[in-house]
Amino acid sequence: MNDVLDVALRLLVVFVVFLTFPLVIGQTEHKVMAHMQGRLGPMYAGGFHGWAQLIADGVKFAQKEDVVPAGADRRIFQLAPAVALLPYLLVLLAIPIGPGEGAVGQVVDAGVFFVLAVMGVGVLGSLMAGWASANKFSLLGGLRTAAQLLAYELPMLLTAASVAMAAGTVSLPGILDAFEWWWLPWQIVGAIVFFVAGLAELQRPPFDMPVADSEIIFGAYTEYTGLRFALFLLAEYAGIVVLCGLTTVLFLGGWHGPWGADGLGWVWTLLKTAVLAFLVIWLRVTYPRLREDQLQKLSWTLLVPLALAQIALTGVVKVVIQ
Amino acid sequence: MTLAATAAHLATGPATEAAAGTHGFLSPTGVEIAFLLVGLVTFGAALVTVTTRQLVHAALWLVITLGGLAVEYLLLTAEFIAWVQVLIYVGSVVVLLLFGLMLTRAPIGRSPDADSGNRWAALTVAVAAAAALVWVVVDAFRTTWIDLDGPAAGSTEATGASLFQNWVLPFEALSVLLLAALVGAIVLSRKAKAETATRSGQDTGRDTEGAR
Repeated sequence: MNDVLDVALRLLVVFVVFLTFPLVIGQTEHKVMAHMQGRLGPMYAGGFHGWAQLIADGVKFAQKEDVVPAGADRRIFQLAPAVALLPYLLVLLAIPIGPGEGAVGQVVDAGVFFVLAVMGVGVLGSLMAGWASANKFSLLGGLRTAAQLLAYELPMLLTAASVAMAAGTVSLPGILDAFEWWWLPWQIVGAIVFFVAGLAELQRPPFDMPVADSEIIFGAYTEYTGLRFALFLLAEYAGIVVLCGLTTVLFLGGWHGPWGADGLGWVWTLLKTAVLAFLVIWLRVTYPRLREDQLQKLSWTLLVPLALAQIALTGVVKVVIQ
Repeated sequence: MTLAATAAHLATGPATEAAAGTHGFLSPTGVEIAFLLVGLVTFGAALVTVTTRQLVHAALWLVITLGGLAVEYLLLTAEFIAWVQVLIYVGSVVVLLLFGLMLTRAPIGRSPDADSGNRWAALTVAVAAAAALVWVVVDAFRTTWIDLDGPAAGSTEATGASLFQNWVLPFEALSVLLLAALVGAIVLSRKAKAETATRSGQDTGRDTEGAR
């Protein structure tokens, strides 16, 4: 009975994190973007600086009619948001926020492969949405999503492999157990490549050409309304949480910090994740959108060679220090 | 002991072999029943994949088939193989398949011409291949049992060690095969490109000169 309770509690905590953290990031994005652009952002909902704006948005989405276009493939169209959202919930289970068994939803032996594999499934949601909408803009969005995969998948895997080589394990808590502070300069190139490739996977600016609202009207999500559209948005922000958490765990030492390592490790994890999430928002405000071919060029001429160089460096240093 | 059984013995080691004496096919455990059920779902999805007339649906049923295989690996404690299966096949190969379908032709609804006159030949080949595979696997692994309760027999460490100690030659041979396929793809695409370039150059050469 105790085991069942333990599992239920862990699942509940992960689910609550999954529902709240994306909202916090969304609200931060509202406010940070507004202040970077010299305006106030939402100010009225909830009273204090518009803190309840996203809750109000949620209520609005829930009230809207759920429209399925007449020409659409109904079942695929309705299934797509779930396929896009659920992988991030599963990935969140495996990300450790503190040392020990108690601070991770579920210890996965091949953690790195688990998170990258399951995150990759989310792309199918966008593809299904793009195809099933029976809309040319949506189909274009789906095509761009798939094309984008060719660019980010390889550098992401290569840099994750570099960290796994450095730690000698593919388990996420195992990688953090092996972490030393000098890994930071050692793996910094890999960290940047991983983060950039992750931005492309999440379709966040400057790599948001699959949704590009000003040219193809939100791409695969053009025909979605109400809650299903909200689920896609939630997937995007849950994706930010997952990407920033993963970068923290793989490259920035997770719960390790200059001080307060005993008992306060989870604060370090959350702090690093929050700083990275701020960076994601910052990039959205500062950089213009790239074209799809520019992303391919960036990936194949810069990210992939850098990732390979990082693997070579990791291998050399690993051999030297043994 | 046949050759295949010897190979199986080498691959799995004495630890799994020793447990064979106490097992039987009667009174299956929960994991074995789950394995069978997932296998049935996978088989059904595979059948729908090749029989449906809706092209994109076929690709999506393929996702279920490949995902079902990953679950089977998980149930056999081969965690690493399972996640690699999801990463490569579900996350990449099917996405490329869908990409290709969307780029060429992906109508919503049935495609009446999505059929082939080779259906009986394909069925024959499929049944023959399946029979050969099942025969070899049964012959090799009939007496091999995996201890599901003990430490995982297919953990990342065990898989890596066996791959790079016992199976390193086939592994390297496969990488050479993949490299050859890659080079072949590049050669084919460059050749096609060069042909169209010269053809369009001959056709429009005069026009562009005039325009300049």
